[in-house]
Amino acid sequence: MKRPASRVGSPPAPPTGASGRTTHPARPALRAPSSPAADHRGRFGEAERSERGGGGRWGAEGRSEPSQGSHHSSRLGDVALALGTGLAVALVLLIVVVILGDVVYNGAAHMTLGFLTQAPRDGMTAGGIFPAIFGTVALVVLMTLAVLPAGVATAIYLSEYANPGSRFTRLVRVAVNNLAGVPSIVFGLFGLGFFVQFVGAGIDRALYGGQRVFGQPALVWAALTMSVLTLPVVIVATEEALSAVPRELRLASAALGASRLQTIVRVVLPQALPGILTGAILAISRGAGEVAPILFTGVAYYLPKLPRSLHDQFMQLGYHVYVLSTQSPDVDATRPILYATVLVLLLLTFALNATAVVVRSRMRRRLAGANS
Amino acid sequence: MNGDSNLGAAISLSVRDLVVSYGDKRAMGPVTMEIEQKRVTALIGPSGCGKSTFLRSLNRMNDLVLGCRVEGDVRLDGQAIYGPGVDPVEVRRRVGMVFQKSNPFPKTIFDNVAYGLRIGGMRDRAEITGRVERALGRAALWNEVKDRLGESALGLSGGQQQRLCIARALAVEPEVLLMDEPASALDPIATAHIEELIHELVRDYTVVIVTHNMQQAARVSDYTAFFYMGDLVEFATTDAIFTHPSQSRTEDYVTGRFG
Repeated sequence: MKRPASRVGSPPAPPTGASGRTTHPARPALRAPSSPAADHRGRFGEAERSERGGGGRWGAEGRSEPSQGSHHSSRLGDVALALGTGLAVALVLLIVVVILGDVVYNGAAHMTLGFLTQAPRDGMTAGGIFPAIFGTVALVVLMTLAVLPAGVATAIYLSEYANPGSRFTRLVRVAVNNLAGVPSIVFGLFGLGFFVQFVGAGIDRALYGGQRVFGQPALVWAALTMSVLTLPVVIVATEEALSAVPRELRLASAALGASRLQTIVRVVLPQALPGILTGAILAISRGAGEVAPILFTGVAYYLPKLPRSLHDQFMQLGYHVYVLSTQSPDVDATRPILYATVLVLLLLTFALNATAVVVRSRMRRRLAGANS
Repeated sequence: MNGDSNLGAAISLSVRDLVVSYGDKRAMGPVTMEIEQKRVTALIGPSGCGKSTFLRSLNRMNDLVLGCRVEGDVRLDGQAIYGPGVDPVEVRRRVGMVFQKSNPFPKTIFDNVAYGLRIGGMRDRAEITGRVERALGRAALWNEVKDRLGESALGLSGGQQQRLCIARALAVEPEVLLMDEPASALDPIATAHIEELIHELVRDYTVVIVTHNMQQAARVSDYTAFFYMGDLVEFATTDAIFTHPSQSRTEDYVTGRFG
């Protein structure tokens, strides 16, 4: 990032350029995915990544090279690669710009206060989307409350207590990795079968004399299903954060007479908190956007009332977008509402992300040099 | 330095037939030795000779190493620290440790020193403040940091960080202080500071120090134990070890013929 992108045009000639020995056709390809921080930054990393990857440096070396015959083909390769990667970047940017532009252009006009605070009316061709906004936020908050303790606890077990070589530990790891690869609709079916029909119906039998209270799709089951989906994200991020805490600090703590629990709570977790928050950010981004897991477990097609308890159904922005775009009786009347809904969904995800990023960077600063 | 005789001196740590193994492999022992109270005992020997392993078995830090097994008997003031029902955490409160690389917590200077007190359950703020102040004074750091107790410990120099770690260990008022090459990562001036400090500390504490530096062992210690290939080859007063060792291997090592 210290190398501004503007150097593409006027590169300083590298002193070793004349030596002419070059292997760089392979290097840009290796560089691209290697920006280490980018993977952790979620959606916010995007902009930085494309800035940093700048092909300028490689273009520069290619140019300062002596034009000898034997290097001709490799220079051609450089040019082709720069062109190809540049085109790819341009394409990605174009897609993002088109999507955002389209949504903002068509949706901004309809983003009124009334739209944000009212319930849908007239077969969803008028009114607002407040129940969907409320439902989405409630879902994400509940999901986070469920997934963070479970995920962090699992990661603490794996990283601090489990014997790394044992068969059981390896089994848990394989399970976590597999969980991350399961299609989201399968989570939806799992949620229906396990949470709604097994746990929920069980609660009803035990506490409500068979009356249907929890044994139906509900906010709590949707949130739990979503938290199962995001569990691997939190586990992996937390485990990475924990293992990045230097062993010396654990030893220092132990040598001062700290129990393992005290060391984890007072030394390891505070150090790992920014990384754990990264996991939370990723989980939240994912949870705010997914629809499939809540299809059978709690989301409502149309529900002008807000959910008032955990066993109520709820509306959700992502599902509302689907409903508006496929189920509306009057497509033209719904279109502005649809666009504005998408815009709200994007802004909401963005805002949730941004909050977490700000909190995390503050925490990091406090950790890194409390001396400032 | 303190005469040849152990007679009448109080024994702080009494080690009998101590064997430490990693998996099936014996790393050290059997070792039998007695460490005298309020004296400095230096452990010397080439890398991998078992001296650090021995040191870590004196406060049960080896318990934290996966696959490490300790046999034999270590008594602290007559109490078996590997006895049944003995909590290693309790042992570590009585036997403090300073590591080769200074490892302050990423907390303020004050919180670093107060850490051991707080995890020990001390809540009284005035008492904690007093103990922190005393510990920093003992570690000869108070004058340098008294105006910046609220700043991060990571802002201190390497030598200061190491003295902070010593202060942190002293705050919980252990009986014994173990030091694992405490000055090997420091420049000569900071090293001299640490050595002076050891001279001061030994008035109140039993000190066991691992060092690679023979001159350092000669300068700071009253007794020296020479380890080689996991065995305790010779243990005597520092004077004896450096002037007329009884074993030829000890002589070879301290005169620099190998190691």
